[in-house]
Amino acid sequence: MRERSAWITDAQSHDGCLEFPMNIWLVNHGRALRIALRRLIAAPLTTLLSLLAIGVALALPAGGQMLLNNVQRLMGSTSATPQISVFMAVDAGRGAATELAARLKKHPAVKQQRFLPREDTLQRMKANAGLREIIDVLPDNPFPDAFIVTAIADQPATLDLLVEEFRQWPKVAHVQLDSAWARRLEALLRLSRNVVILLGGLLAIGLIAITFNIIRMQVLTHRAEIEVSQLLGATNGFICRPFLYFGALLGFAGGATAWLLIAAAAWWLRTPLDDLLHLYEFTFSLQSLSLVDSALLLGIATGLGWLGALLSLGQHLRHS
Amino acid sequence: MIRFDRVAKRYPPGIDALSALSFEMTAGDMLIVSGHSGAGKSTLIKLVAAIEKPTSGAVLVGGQNVGTLSRSALPFLRRRLGLVLQDQKLLFDRSVFENVMLPLSITGFPPKEAMQRVRAALDKVGLAMREKALPIALSGGEQQRLAIARAVVSRPALLLADEPTAHLDAETAADVARIFHEFHRAGVTVLIATYDGHLFPDARTLRLDHGCSVA
Ligand SMILES: Nc1ncnc2c1ncn2[C@@H]1O[C@H](COP(=O)(O)OP(=O)(O)OP(=O)(O)O)[C@@H](O)[C@H]1O
Ligand SMILES: [Mg+2]
Repeated sequence: MRERSAWITDAQSHDGCLEFPMNIWLVNHGRALRIALRRLIAAPLTTLLSLLAIGVALALPAGGQMLLNNVQRLMGSTSATPQISVFMAVDAGRGAATELAARLKKHPAVKQQRFLPREDTLQRMKANAGLREIIDVLPDNPFPDAFIVTAIADQPATLDLLVEEFRQWPKVAHVQLDSAWARRLEALLRLSRNVVILLGGLLAIGLIAITFNIIRMQVLTHRAEIEVSQLLGATNGFICRPFLYFGALLGFAGGATAWLLIAAAAWWLRTPLDDLLHLYEFTFSLQSLSLVDSALLLGIATGLGWLGALLSLGQHLRHS
Repeated sequence: MIRFDRVAKRYPPGIDALSALSFEMTAGDMLIVSGHSGAGKSTLIKLVAAIEKPTSGAVLVGGQNVGTLSRSALPFLRRRLGLVLQDQKLLFDRSVFENVMLPLSITGFPPKEAMQRVRAALDKVGLAMREKALPIALSGGEQQRLAIARAVVSRPALLLADEPTAHLDAETAADVARIFHEFHRAGVTVLIATYDGHLFPDARTLRLDHGCSVA
């Protein structure tokens, strides 16, 4: 053993490193991140299974969101502003129709109107062989004059008022808003969105539970280290940080797994869906998650992992 | 540096480990606490390090009443101490080097400087060649010295040691005692609980008997 050297002193003055709090902060966080990464890699199978569990849990609501966005895009590209069909009485006569045309033209809520004379309608219907036989039997033209009206507004409530107003007009037999299907679809979409949110909420709790449990096991396996660190003057932050990073990393990687699952599913479904929609004369290509949704997915997943770890530490460090 | 003021410690079922104990240590002192097994030596050490809280009386360390210290203030007391406990609390899944590094990591010491300090501390206790070994591969005496290296690596002003020479042969025990003497000479306040009082002939001794100080 060597004789006493100069290094032993420093009995009173304390560590010089405290002069650089920023450095300490960096060193501390770098260390915690390294430890967390090392622990993730140390048990690859456990990590992989956890990631799969988290990934699937997140892929369900995120995938739902992706589908909804696509449906909305599809709707936006097809359903132009809803149109109102105004059918006149069969016996109204051309004079009434001219009057109505003028009235529609002056109406401030009307953007566009197109007159469909009953003769034209008859010709169009006769083009269909099956219908022609029936029409030919009839003594008179069964079709009324009609107008196709496009309103300026496209909110359902405004349109409904407009329909009601047209109905009151003379010689008008029937008014029909042809956006009913679109509105039904919209209501369905709104419901689906709520389902996605509900699902997201439930699975978020699931994700917190998963990380909670994983961190609990981690705390148990590192009990000796935690105890020794506390004896040597580690703050709670110092002890918790690697676990928090662990939870956050797990969440982030789980989010990335979910993203990959969704992207793979979108890629796989794209061609058959294209073919299907082509039959309905839509041109549409299924898109994976948007940039914003992707960032949101990763951010929320990271946050939930961190939160699960935090709750777990609050529960399991108190008793040590 | 340390002052006990009529300190009593009673463990849950009603065991009185210490009763009405008063003593004082000034900075730079070396004090040996001796006494039979169960006399309360470890309890005394644990009270100073705030591992246990006194049932009554005040334990002052550096003017601070450590019995009433908040949880968040505790780490900063511990950082000022070098602590060698009776069961050494080594981490058996970490190398000798990493064990000694731990106190410096905790205080956020710059890594490069920290490594130099760890090497110096290991050198000091004669373990420089074993830094890559796992503690399990060390002999009892080497483990004891490893615990000492970890206690002194952050150069604390106060060094507490509980039976640092237990289970060591006479020669190794003398070696370990010499290390503590060196720290004492360097100005460190040293408090040692031990049966081997004869290893520290010049030091003041506090003799305990069933938790009471005897002259
Ligand atoms: N955590 C505990 N719970 C209950 N009783 C305890 C506890 N720790 C110590 N004691 C009791 O307090 C008394 C003093 O114990 P302490 O460990 O301080 O003795 P010691 O002088 O260090 O003995 P040794 O020389 O054997 O280490 C003993 O009777 C012991 O049984
Ligand atoms: Mg003891």
